[in-house]
Amino acid sequence: MSSFLQQVINGLQLGSVYALIALGYTLVYGIIRLINFAHGDVFMVGAYLGFYAILRFHMPFPIALLFAMAGAGLLGIIIEKLAYRPLRNAPKIACLITALGVSLFLENFSSLKFVFGPNYLAYPRPFPVVNFNIGNVTISNIQIIVFCVAIVLMVILQLFVSKTKTGMAMRAVSFDKSTAQLMGINIDYIISITFGIGSALAGAGGVLYGIAYPQINPFMGIMPGLKAFVAAVLGGIGIIPGAMLGAGIMGMVEVLTSAYISSAMRDAIAFLVLLIVLLVKPAGLLGKSSIEKV
Amino acid sequence: MLKLNIKNKISKIKIILFCIVLYLLLQVLLSTGIINSYWQQIICYAGIMTISALGLNLIYGFTGQFSLGHAAFFGIGAYTSAFVIKIAHLNNTFYLILGLIAAGILAGLIAYVIGLPILRLRSDYLGIATLGFGIIIKVIFDNADAILPVLGGSRGMIGIPKLTNFTWVFVLAILGIVILRNLINSAPGRALISVREDEIAAEAVGVNTTKYKTLGFVIGSVYAGVAGGLYAHLYAFLHPSNFDFLKSIDVLLIVVLGGMASISGTIFAAVIWVFILEGLRVVLPEAILDWRLVIYPLLLILIMIFRPSGIFGSREIKFLAYHEEKTK
Repeated sequence: MSSFLQQVINGLQLGSVYALIALGYTLVYGIIRLINFAHGDVFMVGAYLGFYAILRFHMPFPIALLFAMAGAGLLGIIIEKLAYRPLRNAPKIACLITALGVSLFLENFSSLKFVFGPNYLAYPRPFPVVNFNIGNVTISNIQIIVFCVAIVLMVILQLFVSKTKTGMAMRAVSFDKSTAQLMGINIDYIISITFGIGSALAGAGGVLYGIAYPQINPFMGIMPGLKAFVAAVLGGIGIIPGAMLGAGIMGMVEVLTSAYISSAMRDAIAFLVLLIVLLVKPAGLLGKSSIEKV
Repeated sequence: MLKLNIKNKISKIKIILFCIVLYLLLQVLLSTGIINSYWQQIICYAGIMTISALGLNLIYGFTGQFSLGHAAFFGIGAYTSAFVIKIAHLNNTFYLILGLIAAGILAGLIAYVIGLPILRLRSDYLGIATLGFGIIIKVIFDNADAILPVLGGSRGMIGIPKLTNFTWVFVLAILGIVILRNLINSAPGRALISVREDEIAAEAVGVNTTKYKTLGFVIGSVYAGVAGGLYAHLYAFLHPSNFDFLKSIDVLLIVVLGGMASISGTIFAAVIWVFILEGLRVVLPEAILDWRLVIYPLLLILIMIFRPSGIFGSREIKFLAYHEEKTK
């Protein structure tokens, strides 16, 4: 039982990182219906920014986290301006292919020697690891930090989207783009903001991933990116609490599978859960299925 | 009417002559060693990618079913053919046909079983489901040695007879093109296109959409399976990473770059894609070879921004075009 509880805690840790990435996917998909494949690589860039902030500039952890978030957010806004905005009225598949292109570009450009380099790097721990024993369960301060930062960011996001004027505009654009425009909402600005917020969250996710699983390389974003996207779909894409729920489930499934079945089957089981959910409830766990009208 | 028929016949003969001349020319260049064995392999690879991409074009371009798991069927074909040929010791290039038939059948069968439930999903959701399927298949390849040690699992499968040659690839590619063209110009082909254009309208006029979606998916996967079989016996080594998510993306890129629902576009893009990726390796100096994979996505983004509907759009060269029958 205690080992099960231990695995649940590990699952929550992984799930919180997935949730931060999944939120970006869900926000962007909700607004422009684009699977932003480059999002996983923004997460990677965030991890590297945190890495340099801690190791080279000796920033304290909270500042490094903010630095990575700002950098990643800026990157997201730039990507949207240069790559996606010219394609606003192009067929959907052209945007998707562009997103893949941006993803490949970020991965391979980062692997160049004068950028981040192709090798695995050990992530610096900004503070010593302390383990707390509660009964038979061990919780490290890293796990507590990952969990708390993720929760705080998600609460801030939820408040931002539900209480502020910009958040209301975001919801309006996601509901109906052209009507929102008629109501005087500057769509381009809202899309930029959305990309910025989503990418900043991914950047934070990158730093947390780095301190929790201390090894990074330029291709580290692919799998977490895909899984976070799956998490967003699992919970119902475009729905913020859905992304958190989906990410929690993905993290749990992954950790419990490696603990009790086989770590080799980890990815297979995670995606099997996705297939089953899609077949039973195609709009995701919290999604409402809409009736198609002719 | 008669005049049109004769005109069609002449253009048909022209195309057949063109294919024969192209084949003989390449074969002479290959056998005299003007094209070395490295480039021969690349030409064969271009043909294989053409066959595989034609399959995805049938699924996505013509039937409109978004699939991100094409490499899984390619891999199933590759492992099946390699397994059959290796187990039965069929070390003769003529027996390759048996491996390819097995590859096509198994890929088609699995496509049928998986397609029936997941083709109910639409657009992006279907894409994600096929992506998940692709990743599951890759994990299975990684752990296949637990059940069949000969498949090698994550160490890779070695000792596959090298049976694929230029003739096989050329003949199968031409065959694949002709079959796809005739399929698209037939009644079932029009049903496939109607599913893409508007599923509800198609259903309303009596097209069994489930049946045709599955048909398109299965035939497209058979193409991928056969292409995979050729691939296995071209490189004689298989590794699960050859069939991961990124390989599905490669095929998707070819289809979109060439132009959706354009057979000529797919052929053109597949050949160009293989030659640009390999060509950059030769053209670029050693020092900036790392830049190859940086330039390639940039090209991709630029093409999409300036030609969002692909190089060919949905146009065709004359022979492959859809012939509308003239009625009086």
